[in-house]
Amino acid sequence: MDSFIGNLELGFSTALSLQNIALCFAGCLIGTLVGILPGVGPIATIAILLPLTFQVDPIGALIMLAGIYYGAQYGGSTTAILVNIPGEATSVVTTLDGHQMARNGRAGIALGIAAIGSFFAGTVATLVIAALGVPLTRLALVFGPAEYFSLMVLGLAFAVVLARGSILRAGAVIFIGLLLATVGTDLQTGDERLTLGMVDLMDGIDFAVLAMGLFGFAEILRNLDNPETRDVVQAKIGKLLPSKADFKQAALPVVRGTLLGGALGILPGNGAVLGPFASYTLEKKISRTPRRFGNGAIEGVAGLESANNAGAQTAFIPLLTLGIPPNAVMALMVGAMTIHGIIPGPQVMTKTPGLFWGMIASMWLGNLMLLIINLPLIGLWVRLLKVPYRLMFPAILLFCCIGIYSINNDPSDVLLTAFFGFAGYAFYRFGFEPAPLLLGFVLGKLMEEKLRQALILSRGDFGTFVTSPVSAGLLLLAVLVIVVAIIPTVRKGREEAFQE
Amino acid sequence: MKQALAVVAVATATLTAATAATSTARAQNYPTRPITMIVPFAAGGPTDVTARIVGENMSKTLAQQIVIENVTGAGGTTGITRGAQAAPNGYTIMMGHMGTHGAAPALYPKLRYDPTKDFEPVGMAAGTPILIVARKDYPAKDLKEFIAVLKTQQDKANEAHAGVGSVSFTTCTMFNVMIGVKPTRVPYTGTGPVINDMIAGKVDYACDQIVNLVPQIQAGNIRAYAIATPERSPALPEVPTTKEAGLPDYQVSAWNAVFAPKNTPKPVVEKLNAALVKALDDPGTRKRLLDLGGVLPEGEARTSAWLGEYVAQEVARWTPILKAGGAVQADSG
Repeated sequence: MDSFIGNLELGFSTALSLQNIALCFAGCLIGTLVGILPGVGPIATIAILLPLTFQVDPIGALIMLAGIYYGAQYGGSTTAILVNIPGEATSVVTTLDGHQMARNGRAGIALGIAAIGSFFAGTVATLVIAALGVPLTRLALVFGPAEYFSLMVLGLAFAVVLARGSILRAGAVIFIGLLLATVGTDLQTGDERLTLGMVDLMDGIDFAVLAMGLFGFAEILRNLDNPETRDVVQAKIGKLLPSKADFKQAALPVVRGTLLGGALGILPGNGAVLGPFASYTLEKKISRTPRRFGNGAIEGVAGLESANNAGAQTAFIPLLTLGIPPNAVMALMVGAMTIHGIIPGPQVMTKTPGLFWGMIASMWLGNLMLLIINLPLIGLWVRLLKVPYRLMFPAILLFCCIGIYSINNDPSDVLLTAFFGFAGYAFYRFGFEPAPLLLGFVLGKLMEEKLRQALILSRGDFGTFVTSPVSAGLLLLAVLVIVVAIIPTVRKGREEAFQE
Repeated sequence: MKQALAVVAVATATLTAATAATSTARAQNYPTRPITMIVPFAAGGPTDVTARIVGENMSKTLAQQIVIENVTGAGGTTGITRGAQAAPNGYTIMMGHMGTHGAAPALYPKLRYDPTKDFEPVGMAAGTPILIVARKDYPAKDLKEFIAVLKTQQDKANEAHAGVGSVSFTTCTMFNVMIGVKPTRVPYTGTGPVINDMIAGKVDYACDQIVNLVPQIQAGNIRAYAIATPERSPALPEVPTTKEAGLPDYQVSAWNAVFAPKNTPKPVVEKLNAALVKALDDPGTRKRLLDLGGVLPEGEARTSAWLGEYVAQEVARWTPILKAGGAVQADSG
């Protein structure tokens, strides 16, 4: 315990230097803005800003880059709530209830609870990293291909629960998502699959392209088609900050979301993506009034926003303690560290304790700054809804296009997004929801990879998924989730809940 | 009619001459605006880090910013294809790689560029040595024993690589072909997950670049059998070379080199080469590259001509190895 406090002291003394506070603030501010701009993700931003950090010492540079990363997680939710566009994979579910809250005139409350929930989650996650980071690394090592595959199956089960309407439609949409995930080069043989001979599809479809199309572009088409719905958002602004009753409703979901998101964030291979989905499913299942979900339930925003932020932070654990990046942003952080002459690995903690603990302390500081940056901005963002839509939608479109182009510097990505925009509009007209499709897509890639790795390692024996207790447990849980989701359908049909 | 044709001919000739004149003038003032360097791999990877470190110093020398543009995909060939098709004016250059300019012709039958013909080589930047590593409890104490065990195990051994066409894939194909084993090859989508599962003991061995491995080897999380360079690396002085360990022919490095599109004016290529050489002599840049475990070119190996010959050798060397390793796709195009 003494060393724990001593370490945190060392960390704060590093993080609280004037220069590092300024860098942390700059990172958080840039991150927030980047997150708010639809399509411009933290990866492109960190890559662009990397050269600017050459002038600063490594710890300062890393503090700033980390700030951009979790700042973007914050900002992404703002766009999801206000204009129904998920900037990141993790804010897909935020659109479900967050945007509904905005439509009900509770945009300010949604943004407020997202910011406060995220701060709580960030604080807890920072303490967890500081206290348990090293032992928790083992969790990442327990998860081999078989365990990971079963986790993904559980994730797909969540997707079914996520759907507001008929399970059959949800299943169909998830399946399309899985199929889209198979486009690209085969992992094992290197052959092209379903690319229609197009070189641009050789590496598959980018998540942002699909998400911007199905949500961003399609939402604009939908709003232009149907002027009443968008006027609703403009007419009602309502209160800016959550009330006591709101807090009461949100408190437990925040705690549960933090735990769930934090645990999933540690896993390798972008486990953090699952956090918000899992939290949403959990809240919807244990709620006494599950029908409110999808119509602006505050629990649906509070829980998953906390899960999102907790996962974003704990994703640093494998990077800091083991030197293994769990996702693309962390891989970029590895690059940033190596450019600054620090090779990430188990020795970072012992060789450069100031850097290690300084970074952890700066994360808490960054979360505090994000709260300070974001709470006053809520009023501004909400007022943004008053901007006439004829001015708003060209701006959104433009930023989406810039963002998509910046991912891979590839114009064909923008065209592909337009295609998915039309597809998303068609989905909407025929009453299919895009959120389960995105989850199916995100999980599909990982699922195929892990399935094949597990089967190659077991020489084709499917028993590998049940002989590992962790994997068997996860599969059992997946079956349970699906059964629980199907029972009410069988009993009374769930169609009545499906209306826009 | 004839007159009209003549006018067109004269006009064309004048225009061509004018263009040629301006392009010479341009080459002399080069560079007057920022230069884009295409890195065909994701930001943060070894090639990207090398490009950024070298590019930063070259920017100072050229007095124009070198902007890194990461164009990923298809084992790096997407970015290099775009670079090869860019205007040959020196404002688009690229960081080529052992994969894109050595192994690619064998791996991708539909490749839309020829590494030996479609580029003006600028110069070698840095190479990263390849290590043969295994899970820490693998029952072999040195490389000789390891090879013997692999030979008896054959497809019972699990070799992990970071995807078809990746450095770990091609270099381990060479290793397997050389010692005559056919292990079970487990594909991953990057080096991170490979190392993760190797530390967890789920896969047996891999070949990869030193920069990804040093901290794990130092911490004793994985075991290194040999380094495929003529001399030991200062970053891992206890790891023997392949020559010392009994496999002297296994010499391989993931090299990174700067290329310009074909027909880039010679003065421009010379300027770029001079800036690159200056970067490699800069103590700060040198230290950063060496800290990464990099091997830097010296003397003749820094010239454009040497790089051109080296690319031809690499293509000639990799094609039969990858064919023997069964990695070459059936030609569908």
